Amino acid sequence: MHELPITQNILEIALRHAEQAGAKEIKQINIVIGKFSAFVDDSIQFYWSIIAQGTIAQNAVLHFERVPVEFTCLDCGTTYEPQEDAFACPHCLSPRIKITRGEELRVESIEIE
Amino acid sequence: MTQKITIVENILSANDQIAQKNRALLDAAGVFAINIMASPGAGKTTFILKTLEALQGRLRLGVIEGDVASSIDAEKAAAAGIPAVQINTGGDCHLDAVMVANALPALPLTDLDLLIIENIGNLICPASFALGSHLNLLIASIPEGDDKPYKYPGMYRGVQALIINKIDLLPYVPFNMDYFRQGVEILNPGLVTFPVSAKTGEGMQAWADWLVERVQTWKQDLSR
Ligand SMILES: Nc1nc2c(ncn2[C@@H]2O[C@H](COP(=O)(O)OP(=O)(O)OP(=O)(O)O)[C@@H](O)[C@H]2O)c(=O)[nH]1
Ligand SMILES: [Mg+2]
Ligand SMILES: [Zn+2]
Repeated sequence: MHELPITQNILEIALRHAEQAGAKEIKQINIVIGKFSAFVDDSIQFYWSIIAQGTIAQNAVLHFERVPVEFTCLDCGTTYEPQEDAFACPHCLSPRIKITRGEELRVESIEIE
Repeated sequence: MTQKITIVENILSANDQIAQKNRALLDAAGVFAINIMASPGAGKTTFILKTLEALQGRLRLGVIEGDVASSIDAEKAAAAGIPAVQINTGGDCHLDAVMVANALPALPLTDLDLLIIENIGNLICPASFALGSHLNLLIASIPEGDDKPYKYPGMYRGVQALIINKIDLLPYVPFNMDYFRQGVEILNPGLVTFPVSAKTGEGMQAWADWLVERVQTWKQDLSR
């Protein structure tokens, strides 16, 4: 359910930038979603087919780049994808971690004609 | 000819902008706002009522109750003498900044020091939608289990304080506090944490004292 407002925002962002560029049609929208952000691309796609109707984005392909989670250990510098039930550094067991990837939620670019 | 335009815009920026307006309105009225997030039944409403008790009149409290359809929680707050507004999201699983913006005019803001917003019971998306609050608070509760930081990391990332509620149930429910706390520490280093029982009142005083100080410091900074 919570993908509806997200989808509306994606449409609004894409249309605004397309208009500025004087586009006739939006061909593709490139979206980056980190695994730690709580959104599902299938649901966005579903809402898209409804809300983009009648706009210059109605035939746009939504392209999702799903970014895996990446932790960086602040003690030994190891970067790793955490396990589901254990977050500490697998190399030195430190719990001092920075989350370096996986929280993205943005429109990266659009392709227009 | 297809042309590519680089955008790099956060998908939630529209919500964030409205949240900033809410914040400005609250600042102007001198009201410190808390966004309480938790799973359904973690004890949000009970905790809010106990907080009122523990504050002992030190802060004037108002609430916004978010629920999918009912107004039970707002009625409980009103019965306790707290100015309360109900938001029914009609199915949405989180509050967003627009809903809060629409609810704020129904509250006597100039008569309040503290506004507690009870978000929809949900551990997934409320953290993504800023409301304009000064403090995001997560209530975890013992019966939910010790693995929640690992399963719902986004929730633990976006808060500035954590309540561990229902500690009166620790003798009856398996809950590895060290495992829980290690997950929290990694996601949100140094997070201020209060173990409480909103049922027995244990730990509530420490939380209320911390809150009063936090609000007072904030008010002083505002008037500078
Ligand atoms: N044992 C125990 N029970 C508690 C505690 N705090 C709340 N409860 C009980 O937990 C249940 C749910 O409490 P609520 O305060 O309604 O929880 P909530 O998070 O507001 O629930 P929703 O708004 O429906 O998501 C009630 O039966 C409370 O009495 C506690 O510290 N210990
Ligand atoms: Mg409640
Ligand atoms: Zn390490």
